[in-house]
Amino acid sequence: MDSRTMRHITAGIMFLASGLVVIPAQADEFDQADLDRWQQEYMSVVEQGEKLFHGGLGNENTVSCDQCHPNGANTHPETYPKFQQQLGRVVVLGEMINWCIMNPLESEALALDDSSMVALQAYIHHERRGGELAPGKH
Amino acid sequence: MSNYSRRKFLKTGGALLAASSLPISMVEMAFGKDSEQNFTFAYISDSHITQIKGNKFVRNWDRGLIRAVAEANLLDPRPDFVFYGGDIAQLGKPEEIDHGLEILGALRGDIHYVMGEHDYYVDLGDYWRKQLGPDHYSFDHKGVHFVVLNSILTHEEWMHRKWDTGMDRMKQMARLDNPNGQPFMVGDKQRSWLKADLGTVSKDTPVVVFSHSPLQKIYKGWNFWTDDAEQVQALLKPFDKVTVLYGHVHQIQTNQIGNISFHAAMATAWPWPYPSTYTQQESYLPKLTVDMNRADPFFERDATGWQFINLHSGNVDVHYTLPDNEARVVAFDEKLGHPVDTKYQAVADRTSPQKHY
Repeated sequence: MDSRTMRHITAGIMFLASGLVVIPAQADEFDQADLDRWQQEYMSVVEQGEKLFHGGLGNENTVSCDQCHPNGANTHPETYPKFQQQLGRVVVLGEMINWCIMNPLESEALALDDSSMVALQAYIHHERRGGELAPGKH
Repeated sequence: MSNYSRRKFLKTGGALLAASSLPISMVEMAFGKDSEQNFTFAYISDSHITQIKGNKFVRNWDRGLIRAVAEANLLDPRPDFVFYGGDIAQLGKPEEIDHGLEILGALRGDIHYVMGEHDYYVDLGDYWRKQLGPDHYSFDHKGVHFVVLNSILTHEEWMHRKWDTGMDRMKQMARLDNPNGQPFMVGDKQRSWLKADLGTVSKDTPVVVFSHSPLQKIYKGWNFWTDDAEQVQALLKPFDKVTVLYGHVHQIQTNQIGNISFHAAMATAWPWPYPSTYTQQESYLPKLTVDMNRADPFFERDATGWQFINLHSGNVDVHYTLPDNEARVVAFDEKLGHPVDTKYQAVADRTSPQKHY
């Protein structure tokens, strides 16, 4: 490899490198199509959560979340994390959902990052959208 | 309070169940002028008995009904009869209706039944009627005219459209917050029957009407609602004293519209939130209603219960019996001309920590 070829390669690498520097900066730009897609991604998980909430969890005793919480009401997701006095510690919403899954639904707890747990929380929060956050409130 | 007399309502002897939780004496209104005609009856509703498989049923809902039956059997003086306000079953299966009836069979005395949507939509009420008889009827008792309506009908075309199975139709109706839900209604046929039935009743006869859904409009999204409520109310308007008792809402509700007093029953199975706690839609809870305490899910019977009714001078006082909470009495106030909660009328008297939000 002669020095000229070497210079071309170096220039090429620098060009690529400068391109790589520019690309992340461009990645922060988004347009309406992006927003629509992200909203659609979110809503598809909300819809999955709605199904799970209305009998889609497959628990043997067939009891479903909506039987006590139509439209997710009386779940007050905006108050979590909070000191759940019956459990004696500060918990996130997912832990209270698991309490319901284990007790009235007589089933097995989900991992907090399980896709079904994420979907249930997406649905519950969506039905409570627009309300004020009130973490810690009993 | 001088115009109230304390009177024992529940037997205590030998009842372990009663010892821990039951209010052993209750407040009732002083007897009216025709004390011979005064009587009580018990009112149990919304048990949602659910079959899992074979002889397995959801334990929680079974326990609620078993407890209400046991407590109602302790009433003293004995109620003249018991009303069951509808939704014995969750999905209307014969196994669920029969299992519920078996538990209710332990009740002492006669039982009158009301049809709920969870009893109805799998077979349009065939099995329920086979076991229990007509779904709308009337009778007279000690000078009071009782009417039972099937208020959970809906549009004929929806009920009779081509469903794959009756269970598909039931599952649409069984979901309270179904965005494709259909409104409840009494319907033309039953309203004609009601008109004829009331035609033979004198206007000063107290009338007590039972329906499963409220014969008033509170929140359509959860069918706390009957589409032709105003038309039914118009038929009841000529009478001096009318009371409507309904189930479906799983919570205490109180209202007065003109001459008609309204009271809702608690469920034995589980409580429902008040519609105002669903903030995405507007709802119209009657302002006379004093909300129930926020339920504690860790006590599975909390905010469930049953009630007994004292009929004095043709007006209704409802005694709500809550296993893990203070009993409530909503009594007709002669001076105000509407029912009032005898304890929790003033906002300052209400139990504060159980705020709804």
